[in-house]
Amino acid sequence: MSCELTQSVLDGYLDGELDAARAADFERHLISCPQCASTLEKREVLRSSIQQAGLYECAPSTLRRKIESQYGVPPAVTPMPVKVGVRPSSWQWLAVAAVFFLALFLGWRFLPGLGADRDQVVLTSAIVDAHLRSLQPGHLEDVVSTDQHTVKPWFDGKINFAPPVRDFAGDGYPLEGGRLDVVAGREVAVLVYGRRKHVINVFVWPTGEPDTSPQSGSQLGYHWVCWRRAGMEMYAVSDASLTDLDALRKLLSE
Amino acid sequence: MSPGDEGKESDVLDSQERERFERLVLPHLDAAFNLARWILRGRNDAEDVAQEAMVRALRFFGGFHGGDVRAWLLQIVRNSCYTWLEKNRPMELTTEFDEELHPQPGVTPESLAIAGDNRERLTRALEGLPPRSREVLVLRELEGCSYKEIAAITSMPIGTVMSALARARQRLERALTQPNAARNQEAHREL
Repeated sequence: MSCELTQSVLDGYLDGELDAARAADFERHLISCPQCASTLEKREVLRSSIQQAGLYECAPSTLRRKIESQYGVPPAVTPMPVKVGVRPSSWQWLAVAAVFFLALFLGWRFLPGLGADRDQVVLTSAIVDAHLRSLQPGHLEDVVSTDQHTVKPWFDGKINFAPPVRDFAGDGYPLEGGRLDVVAGREVAVLVYGRRKHVINVFVWPTGEPDTSPQSGSQLGYHWVCWRRAGMEMYAVSDASLTDLDALRKLLSE
Repeated sequence: MSPGDEGKESDVLDSQERERFERLVLPHLDAAFNLARWILRGRNDAEDVAQEAMVRALRFFGGFHGGDVRAWLLQIVRNSCYTWLEKNRPMELTTEFDEELHPQPGVTPESLAIAGDNRERLTRALEGLPPRSREVLVLRELEGCSYKEIAAITSMPIGTVMSALARARQRLERALTQPNAARNQEAHREL
């Protein structure tokens, strides 16, 4: 097999698209051709760079809503019901809208627990999914270390913020490593802690929103606690108990 | 519903069709947006064009009778993107500078790993490629499509998919390790 020919099947081999006979031919050729071996290695590096960089961009929720309204799904936020048969004048509509938005604003501003709006629900689902994905073999950590001085610099240059990396082994929450993930189109740092036999994923990303008191809940049998503090939004997810999660939250907030 | 029915009503499906659209097509909205974002190199334009593509998908959905929904949808998205580019940025579609690409002797897997270990730089390098190189890479590496699916989405023969990917990866490697060469290439295309 000449090298010119090999250049043309190398990508098929890399992508697992050659049939068994051609793949075997190529593997035999690889042994005797350092140029192809080096090219293949570079292609593999390139591929893992692309896949690890979190380049996938999910659709914004505004697009989803626009499309849903397009095919006739009622919008998630329905306007206040108005008595049938009475057509309110425009100023009445304005008043209704004003009250509605005031309520929405107050709910959002002062009752974060009740303001579990759609975005929050969507985000929580995405976080729990990411947690489940991480539990599959080989997905948990990109950097495996119990040393915060190894994990912290690992994040440098990969993301444009510095997650608070600290080990709490002394308190029963040993740091086990970290990784990068993309949740709802957003690049996030994930700190992995152990708690007895449980794994706790703490998802961290920067936010411009003010601090909030913690909220918590359960989904698919997993517990989550989320809070915002000092410009960071954090979500801890685990099958460990909510009490354990909250204890870790306190440690992280110190 | 036929593609000819272009009244306003045709955008609103009956509840059974709506449920089918929601179940089959809507889960691929992220794929649609991601492809548009990378072909058009921007989130705002991608949002507009992906929406337009979904409206078209909705209109043609009556004619979809099973098969690979994602490939069907992405084909519509891709066509919408190129129609948009033709109208708004035709310079990007001028014939590709079909240069000979040779392996670069100076580049080692290690230097490539360092160059690629940076999201910003990788994004810039990817965005510097011609759109047809970028789309095959996005479909393969980000969307995980098989050659057969890429062939269906881009209307290329399968053999061409493999060589298009080989060329795109070589281009990306060069853009990452020789950013200046990539810029020159870009300038050349824009002349």
